Amino acid sequence: MVLLLIALMAYEMYASSTVSIQKFGWGFLTSSKWDPVMDEYGALPFIYGTLVSSFIALVIALPVGVGIAVFLTELAPRWIERPFSFFVELLAGIPSIVYGLWGFFVMVPWIRTTVEPFLSGHFGSIPLFTGAPYGVGMLAAGTILSIMILPIISSISRDVLKAVPIAQKEAALALGSTRWEATRIALSYSRSGIIGATILGLGRAFGETMAVTMVIGNRPVIKASLFEPAYTMASVLANEFTEATSELYISALIEIALVLFVVALLVNAAARLLVWSFTRSSDAGGRF
Amino acid sequence: MYALCIASALLALVPLLLIFYHTISLGAGALNVDFFTKLPKPVGEPGGGLGNAIVGTLILVGLGSLLGLPVGIFAGIYLSEFGKNKFGMTVRFMTDVLNGVPSIVTGVVAYTIVVLPAKHFSAYAGGVALGILMIPIITRTTEEMLKTVPNSYREAALALGIPQWKTTLRIIFPAALGGIVTGIMLAVARAAGETAPLLFTALNNRFWHTTLDQPIASLTVFIYNYGVSPFEDWIAQAWAGALVLILLILILSIAVRVATRQRF
Repeated sequence: MVLLLIALMAYEMYASSTVSIQKFGWGFLTSSKWDPVMDEYGALPFIYGTLVSSFIALVIALPVGVGIAVFLTELAPRWIERPFSFFVELLAGIPSIVYGLWGFFVMVPWIRTTVEPFLSGHFGSIPLFTGAPYGVGMLAAGTILSIMILPIISSISRDVLKAVPIAQKEAALALGSTRWEATRIALSYSRSGIIGATILGLGRAFGETMAVTMVIGNRPVIKASLFEPAYTMASVLANEFTEATSELYISALIEIALVLFVVALLVNAAARLLVWSFTRSSDAGGRF
Repeated sequence: MYALCIASALLALVPLLLIFYHTISLGAGALNVDFFTKLPKPVGEPGGGLGNAIVGTLILVGLGSLLGLPVGIFAGIYLSEFGKNKFGMTVRFMTDVLNGVPSIVTGVVAYTIVVLPAKHFSAYAGGVALGILMIPIITRTTEEMLKTVPNSYREAALALGIPQWKTTLRIIFPAALGGIVTGIMLAVARAAGETAPLLFTALNNRFWHTTLDQPIASLTVFIYNYGVSPFEDWIAQAWAGALVLILLILILSIAVRVATRQRF
């Protein structure tokens, strides 16, 4: 049933987007022109927006997430660890629309008045940080995404770190390394698992819709500056699906959904395989 | 370096606390009895509530459960009891992958399956989208919970001559029921908080619902529409809606915590 479902999902989207696939071919993925009035569609700005905003999210969330995992496994006493993991998991439970609302009314003004002037004041020579501080834009989207993927990265990294055989750490300590050096050995031992956690986080960031739609500014352009409004694949679906009038328009939107679906499948499959292969090999390693 | 780890842990708590603080401080003001019982008022008229949206969310989650519960539970039973072969591994893997499919894509699928043939938006379409979302969560928790039932139960039942299907349904399943209910609650919480797949399946509706074959309101879509609107009382109601959602999810997560702690 589950297998059927995935096949059905892929087929339905392919079937519904044939009009656009036939008209634009592979050029759909590389054209940056999105003009519903002229009935011309290209998905590049959305693909770019999805990739860049997710990348920003990773840059922020990865160090923090791994830091939390190390804190929980190596440092925190049990009475802190349990409620703390509960709080972090609560972050994962907050609906994305609430993140969006909060991002729109609280975080975006803060970014506009504090973060962006600071960045352009100090690093204005880098093209990433130029332009007018709108607040809404790539930077805001990346920041809100980083909060949303943090729980995934930290909780999986924690599980992976816990799966490191205790003998590894004891051996390191017995050889005279400090606690931090022993932690580093545990980290490098669990590298592939943490990479898997990262990719899973990336997968979530790709598909995140509501929060991003509310803070990214929704303009289908490709700009170097992170302050500029942009657009992602998921948010164009959310915004324009009900407004799509022509058959070609709907079909182009469904093709975007198909692209997103395929990317999400690949990303998740890769991540699961990594995490699985890690936990399985450590099961074998833990037994001796 | 350890100091940095502690700092990052504290940093993670900041957005959580801020979100709670803002939602409560901005949402509590618009929260009153009317909010739960009245229909939304047109722009400019004060008062009104999101009663129909709250009912709509309940209906949509119910429809989703109708699809998600049986499929999810049976898939979980299969994986745990008969899934130790190649096919089982594949199904397990695909379930995990399905869990990672963006919810908006699920919405598009429900759109092509239900809305396009019917030529109009409906509560059914929203229910299908939410059901697809719930399946992988329920499948995986059901499987995990059934696996915690000791093997001696299975062996004892089979030794007494009880057929396999009866063992599974009457002995293993009830033993794991508490955990399975937990999984169902998690899935319900997730479905109740989803917006993206409802935008173009269930659409929205400003009145009480009479049939399931018409567009239906939901709390999350209302939060979205009101949140991006320029009217102050609408925005206040959006915050109130967010508060209701967060409280719902908080209560569910704490209940899940308490339930699982007693068991294990």
